[in-house]
Amino acid sequence: MALAELCGLDTQFKFNLRKNVIPMETDIMQYTGNLYNNCQLAVPPYMNPAETLASLQQDEMGNDIRMHFDHGTTTLGFRYQGGVLLAVDSRATGGSFIGSTDVKKIIELNDYLLATMAGGAADCVYWDRVLAKHCRLYELRNRERISIAAASKLMSNMVYNYKGMGLSIGSMITGWDKRGSSLYYIDSEGTRTKGDCFSVGSGSVHAFGVLDSGYHWDLTNEEAYDLGRRSIYHATFRDVASGGNIRVYHVTENGWKSISIDDASDLHYKYEDERKPETA
Amino acid sequence: MECLLGLACKDFAIIAADQTNAHSIIVMNNEENKLFKVSNHMAMGVTGEAGDTTQFAEFIAKNVQLYKMRHGYELSPTAAANFTRKTLAQHLRSSSPYMVNMLLGGYDTKSDESALYFIDYLGSFQKVPFATHGYGGFFCMGIMDRFHRNDLSVEEAYEVLRKCVAEIHKRLIVNLPNFKVQVIDKNGIRDLEPLTAKKPPTAA
Repeated sequence: MALAELCGLDTQFKFNLRKNVIPMETDIMQYTGNLYNNCQLAVPPYMNPAETLASLQQDEMGNDIRMHFDHGTTTLGFRYQGGVLLAVDSRATGGSFIGSTDVKKIIELNDYLLATMAGGAADCVYWDRVLAKHCRLYELRNRERISIAAASKLMSNMVYNYKGMGLSIGSMITGWDKRGSSLYYIDSEGTRTKGDCFSVGSGSVHAFGVLDSGYHWDLTNEEAYDLGRRSIYHATFRDVASGGNIRVYHVTENGWKSISIDDASDLHYKYEDERKPETA
Repeated sequence: MECLLGLACKDFAIIAADQTNAHSIIVMNNEENKLFKVSNHMAMGVTGEAGDTTQFAEFIAKNVQLYKMRHGYELSPTAAANFTRKTLAQHLRSSSPYMVNMLLGGYDTKSDESALYFIDYLGSFQKVPFATHGYGGFFCMGIMDRFHRNDLSVEEAYEVLRKCVAEIHKRLIVNLPNFKVQVIDKNGIRDLEPLTAKKPPTAA
């Protein structure tokens, strides 16, 4: 076999001519395994994908071959007296390029479960879909809806298996179950934490400032909607990677409801107008 | 940035863990639980890489439970601690090592002895009368050297931890407002009042 390799013969196919004729088919099988088993995701074909990938991101001249993934975002969610509120922006960026201004960053897993997406758009959409499938299966098997704790644990365990391989997810999972409302933050590092008030994404630092200064448990629904909207608006104002439309969702015991979709620019002029009487 | 504190005295072990969950410069949560129940008479405080901590702690706890189911008796704290170290060391030279540090507090109901084990991510293992992990620990070793005795009562040990946490609040630049405290003794594991920055420390 050493001679065969020296001569450049492809030993992988073991001289099997039929496979040699249609190598594409085996490639397709190998790289679409996730269609049959969602967790059989094709990883780059070398050891330690995350580290090796980093070394491949330079060409032989030492120039960067940067791969720009969709990244910037602002999302937030908080629990209050009236349930859970989620608010997100809708901008998708790849490097300095705005890829879309109308992304749905709140993913409706089912009538009682919502997930927000920050980080890699493809990663979030893919794994949230897999999670939606698992939640539905749980419902069919157990004749009751999955708890938020369990759903978030499923997601966290799935992405933990890919830790270090380059996944990028920062997600809040929320909804209403028999224990009431709950809000979990999970990310691709494997963190899963329960809390009352989270913000995720590049604009989160700006959103947190507004959110924390206006947040308390006894907010009315209207106050909560406005606080969420305003926090995201202020993040879109300061963070270049956030913008577009601001979506607000509200979760109660009757499931989730979309409250509003506002253009961040319209909100900007609305809030500016509201400021004028004070400054004049 | 995280911090674990632990003391072992004659009849009990007491461990405290900060409750801060931070990502880069953002504090996500100040009510995180870093103390995990391993068995009825054993708890561990775990810090380290996000994700690894929970996954590792749960892996250990479930395996200790599995052992109990298979053999009909529970692992002693010493055995469980050695199992933990072994698992950690086995993963150390793999492609996915667990980057976790921990303190294990246990009470052996057979020999009526308490124990505290110090384990770090490299698999170092030590049975100690008191120990710390993290930057906060630097300030606390002196306090523990000064105030630890083998015959402390739970209240006195709690008071030593209170001194440690007060020092962390005073001297450490990192914001660690809350510490969850658990005692492990012959009756099992129980929570004590968390040590927080809000309640100004008053001598008991």
